[in-house]
Amino acid sequence: MAKLTFQGGIHPYDGKELSKDKPIKAVLPKGDLVYPLSQHIGAPAKPIVEKGDHVLTGQKIAEAGGFVSAPIYATVSGTVKSIEPRRVVTGDNVMSIIIENDGLYDEVEYPEVKPLEEMTREEIIECIKEAGIVGMGGAGFPTFIKLSPKEPDKIDYVIANCAECEPYLTSDYRRMIEEPEKLIKGLKVSLQLFPNARGILAVEDNKPDCIGILKNLTKDEPRISVKALKTKYPQGAERQIIFATTGRAINSSMLPADAGCVVNNVDTIVAIYHAVYEGKPLMNRIVTVTGDAVADPCNFIVRIGTNYHELIEEAGGFKTEPVKIVSGGPMMGFGIFNLDVPTTKTASALLCLTQDDVSRMEPSACIKCGRCVEACPSRLVPNKLAVYAQNYAEEEFLALEGMECVECGCCSFVCPAKRPLTQSIKSMRKIQLAKKKK
Amino acid sequence: MSDLMKVSSNPHVRSKTSTGNIMLAVVIALLPAAGFGIYNFGLDALITIVLTVATTVLTEFIFEKICKKKVTIGDYSAVVTGLLLALNLPVSAPWWIGVVGGVFAILVVKMLFGGLGQNFMNPALGARCFLLISFTSIMTNFDCDAYTGATPLADLKNGVDVDILNMVIGRTAGTIGETSMIAIVIGACFLILLGVIDLRIPGSYIVSFVVFISIFGGHGLDFAYISAHLAGGGLMLGAFFMATDYVTRPITKNGQYLFGILLGILTGIFRLFGPSAEGVSYAIILGNLMVPLIEKITLPKAFGKGGEKA
Repeated sequence: MAKLTFQGGIHPYDGKELSKDKPIKAVLPKGDLVYPLSQHIGAPAKPIVEKGDHVLTGQKIAEAGGFVSAPIYATVSGTVKSIEPRRVVTGDNVMSIIIENDGLYDEVEYPEVKPLEEMTREEIIECIKEAGIVGMGGAGFPTFIKLSPKEPDKIDYVIANCAECEPYLTSDYRRMIEEPEKLIKGLKVSLQLFPNARGILAVEDNKPDCIGILKNLTKDEPRISVKALKTKYPQGAERQIIFATTGRAINSSMLPADAGCVVNNVDTIVAIYHAVYEGKPLMNRIVTVTGDAVADPCNFIVRIGTNYHELIEEAGGFKTEPVKIVSGGPMMGFGIFNLDVPTTKTASALLCLTQDDVSRMEPSACIKCGRCVEACPSRLVPNKLAVYAQNYAEEEFLALEGMECVECGCCSFVCPAKRPLTQSIKSMRKIQLAKKKK
Repeated sequence: MSDLMKVSSNPHVRSKTSTGNIMLAVVIALLPAAGFGIYNFGLDALITIVLTVATTVLTEFIFEKICKKKVTIGDYSAVVTGLLLALNLPVSAPWWIGVVGGVFAILVVKMLFGGLGQNFMNPALGARCFLLISFTSIMTNFDCDAYTGATPLADLKNGVDVDILNMVIGRTAGTIGETSMIAIVIGACFLILLGVIDLRIPGSYIVSFVVFISIFGGHGLDFAYISAHLAGGGLMLGAFFMATDYVTRPITKNGQYLFGILLGILTGIFRLFGPSAEGVSYAIILGNLMVPLIEKITLPKAFGKGGEKA
């Protein structure tokens, strides 16, 4: 049988061996915790605490600021120090709640939960919404919206995105090795929401041990199957994973639900597990701290709001001066100019590199080699789109389907002339998306 | 640790392949053909090659210095042009033919149109056709110390028997680098293994050419006739090294098949019905001119908008 995959894509150095065998370790924050009110797609959350208030671990400190939004919870006990703008990984200053950690970690009493079987669809959705769960793979889209499509009975597949195709990242891998039951139980929540759906655990075949564990655990589950995908970036992109597992294709004007699919990533599904089975809101996530500059690359379970400095310290500091620090993976992460930013719901990794390919390699003339066309998973012609974007030729850009770009970075990666293709296309897309909103 | 790190938009990593090492791979892949040319035709061939390559590189360097542009000879693209042009010259041509051709290739075909990536036809072929039209008798005189008389293709056209084994090995008259099918295919395999070129264009070119001459050649599916056409003239060098030139071929996958088929048909027409025995250079140049049109009609459908394949 042909391997499950998609057309295009690349095989970058994956760097996973640095942190793959490091068990998940808990990090207790020491300094202040910073909670940006906007760490999801949609309206910023609204603070419901004031300066000087005492808060407990697991206490809600900001409520959803609209329909597309998510509440935020304190992850330590302590005092609200201030509510002020703070720098986040994107470089923006975002209004944030700052909590001084009292070091006691006193917890609130979590609400009693009903057994899953007795919960109605509305109760489950409400529980996930209240827990502040958003897509933790990086997009940050509120999960409850994904889980409430117009016609729930028409969802055929609930896909657990266990591809982890982004180089260097091992957080999902460790989760699958260490806590696979939580993943499967979390997936069952979605299966209860969608009575006609089948669950798919989609794992890249560079993780045979995970595939073995998950297959073993689901052998008596008629509705859940494990599917091995060809290892290739961006296998874990939503459109690509839907296509690889179901053969259905969606474009930018469609939602996964239009193709009868719902996709969630590993950490998100585990957060659903904590919310539905334990009544706990989203308070922590797994972060891979890695790269050739880090003394001891690790996988940490981190309380949201923890400063990145503390994560690096916890990983033994730097063994070599880093030149570039990326929040997230090397393909889609954000370059950050210093470590003074907080861990958010969508931060999957902290990658510290001793050399920066981007500044080291100077762009030269496009030789039309076509490598970008071969690599583009959206099957576009990136070199032409980039030229149109740079010349602000809107009509041509749109005619060549520039809006179908998923900004995966494959074209920039393969370009032998080192041209900033993704970057140019991305800026034009931003302009066009902003225009649409008006 | 410095206060401020380098920041940039994603992605933050790049592949190791660069324009320079792609071009260097092409140069290396041309060495078997060049080496065989020197063995076949003697020292004069070496002199022509060195002189032509030196001219193309120097022309690019001087032009960029005069225009106060960044000097780009380090990307080896001028070396590729010079080498390809030299391999397309007859060994009996006087020394200045390579120099005039080299200057024309780089100055007129490449730099005046904006340099690397902007030329609309293959510089080496553009120069060859320029020389062929301007100095026809020099460019079509293949008499040299090693061989006298016509090229195998000319013999084939006039109904004279040809020795196919010699044509495959390359022991025939012709331009410096085109005679040995074996040497060219060895170089081409190297490029295919490295992923620098693929078989889309050469494959569709050769197949469509074979189909064309089988139908219109008057010999039907005669193995000897077809092999002689494949091994003779510039077909192999053209199909693997010049039709696959990145800058002047379509960038779309389907466009590349179409381009190859077009070249096969054009080469067939020129060889069978034209006044000259050879037709590869003109076919590729005409094909180059069609590239914008081919790209326009073969744009791939975006993902999720039809035509999905795993």
